[in-house]
Amino acid sequence: MKKLLSLFLCGLFFCTCFIFPVSAEESGEEAAPDTGVTINVYNWGEYISDGSDGTLNVNQEFTRRTGIHVNYTTFDTNESLYSKLVSGGASYDVIFPSDYMVARMINEGMLEKLDFSNIPNYTYIDEEYRNLAYDPKNEYSVPYTWGVVGIFYNKKYVKEVPTSWDVLWDDQYQGKILMFDNPRDAFGIAQKRLGYSFNSTDMAEWQEAAELLKEQKPLVQAYVMDQIFDKMEIGEAWLAPYYAGDAAILVEENDSIGFAIPTEEGTNFFVDAMCIPEGSQHKAEAEAYINFLCDPEIAAANMEYVGYSTPESSAKELMDEEITSNPIYYPPQEIIDNSEVFLSLPSDINEKIDKLWVEVKMGSSGSTYTLIAVLAGFLLLYIVIVITKTMKRRRMNRY
Amino acid sequence: MKKTLSRVYMALIFLFLYAPIVILILFSFNDSDTKSRAVWSGFSLRWYQKLFSNAELLNALRNTVIIAIIAAVVATILGTVAAIGINSMKKWSKRVIMNIGNLPMVNPEIVTGISLLLLFVFGARLLHVELGIFSVILAHITFCLPYVILSVMPKLRQMDNSLYEAAQDLGCTPVRSFFKVVFPEILPGIITGAVMAFTLSIDDFVISYFTSGTTQTLPVYIYSMTRKRVSPEINALSTLLFGTILVLLLIVNFSKKKSGDTKEAAQER
Repeated sequence: MKKLLSLFLCGLFFCTCFIFPVSAEESGEEAAPDTGVTINVYNWGEYISDGSDGTLNVNQEFTRRTGIHVNYTTFDTNESLYSKLVSGGASYDVIFPSDYMVARMINEGMLEKLDFSNIPNYTYIDEEYRNLAYDPKNEYSVPYTWGVVGIFYNKKYVKEVPTSWDVLWDDQYQGKILMFDNPRDAFGIAQKRLGYSFNSTDMAEWQEAAELLKEQKPLVQAYVMDQIFDKMEIGEAWLAPYYAGDAAILVEENDSIGFAIPTEEGTNFFVDAMCIPEGSQHKAEAEAYINFLCDPEIAAANMEYVGYSTPESSAKELMDEEITSNPIYYPPQEIIDNSEVFLSLPSDINEKIDKLWVEVKMGSSGSTYTLIAVLAGFLLLYIVIVITKTMKRRRMNRY
Repeated sequence: MKKTLSRVYMALIFLFLYAPIVILILFSFNDSDTKSRAVWSGFSLRWYQKLFSNAELLNALRNTVIIAIIAAVVATILGTVAAIGINSMKKWSKRVIMNIGNLPMVNPEIVTGISLLLLFVFGARLLHVELGIFSVILAHITFCLPYVILSVMPKLRQMDNSLYEAAQDLGCTPVRSFFKVVFPEILPGIITGAVMAFTLSIDDFVISYFTSGTTQTLPVYIYSMTRKRVSPEINALSTLLFGTILVLLLIVNFSKKKSGDTKEAAQER
């Protein structure tokens, strides 16, 4: 037995040995002196150039140039970012919320005003990405990336290039359509199809959008996020809406897959921004980090890796011509003009949307009763089994 | 006829259990530019190469392993001591304590996670510290503890208490007789408990997610990739972990069988 334990410990040791981090690359240039400060950065998963395949390692480069260390962690949705901040369990210095989450956080006093004298590279941000509706005076956020929502389609089965969201309601593609698995994006598509604003506060419009999504439900194969790529690639699904920044790689590698941005009703234009949350311990260092990411050279290298679009034309000039001329990454101006940004909604509307979304995904409230009936059935069965068992035992004991 | 049927049934069960792992391993060698987990486009080791140059992933893995080792060791020690204490209690207090101890196990993880978060945030504010790796370790010890107690208890119950008394009769101090008599007797239970605590800790997502502050564990890191696409590096990592565990199990079983053989041989003689 002792042997077993020691083997187990050996195994653990072995594991830890090859886990310990690879040493930092040596660099020719002089490194800045170590400041001993570590900033906590909270970004989307796989949303920064990390040095793989000879790309620029942004965080390492930042540490080398400024002597500030980066504790870099990642999240999966705006909502989980929000809940992490609200719960008070962590203090971050730089966060990357999307447009509507920026607006919500500003409303709730969760963001610090930025000191733009510490962010001189803000001048590189193009005029059209400043003062957007979610942060009208541009006091709290600096745009990191932007993009639009479009539709993946399989050219073999979908003969015409989709120009309207209607194609996601076309019953000849029944069972081959995928939809977003988050309420804001899914409702957004229905709202655009109805010609409403994403940021409507009229509950009747939201209700109507929910009805439209319920109508679409029998045609939908699944509500998914990242599985979209696999399902499109093997032809299991033919139509799927997704963010343009992630689309190009699939389209380039796959001749049968196309990506189109619906022009008829317009689409969603989104921005992921950099902000500093209230209570940051190292605000000046956090601003230095934001400033560093706005440096056109860094931004260019970073965006080539991330795949989303940069809000800086000076960075765009430094990037590969193939990327900047690609209409998926940088769609023509009229598409952007015809699109709308998500804004923060009042909390009562948010709650109702969540309810409607559950209804859309789970079916109508009628099925709640079926669920209760099934549960009650199981309970009954359980009780019957227990009773018969105790009866049996008693009978056995009697003899 | 019956035999073939049962064999087919068994094969189906094994297929069902292992097919996902085989696919996962297969696609860790996929040579694809789109990070595909569905279309095979040739053999390559690029994801393994990338895995070892991905500092964040390795950092998350290191955190996870450190947390799991510390949590498993501490939970095993505490749990074993607790089990010995509980075992020598009177019938009623034993039952009450066991039920209280099992409560965290039946509690939904998310409830445990949130309540621990609230507690830790409260404590951290009082002490002016922040949540981090220490709070995750505390949380993991908490939820691993009942599993250790549960796996040690039966071994204690099986053991004849007069053995312990006999050792003392023959001149052992209580501590010495514990290590000479009780400990070897309950060791299998302790090891089961430790392995269980270790695997539970490595797997855990929900509780780590809430209590980790600004440190990141591997499950949380993987989950954060779902907006884009979970990279095949994760397949590569899982393959390595699976391989390590498989080799470990093989060695353990092999050495067990060997010692069993020698015992049998000795008996025959």
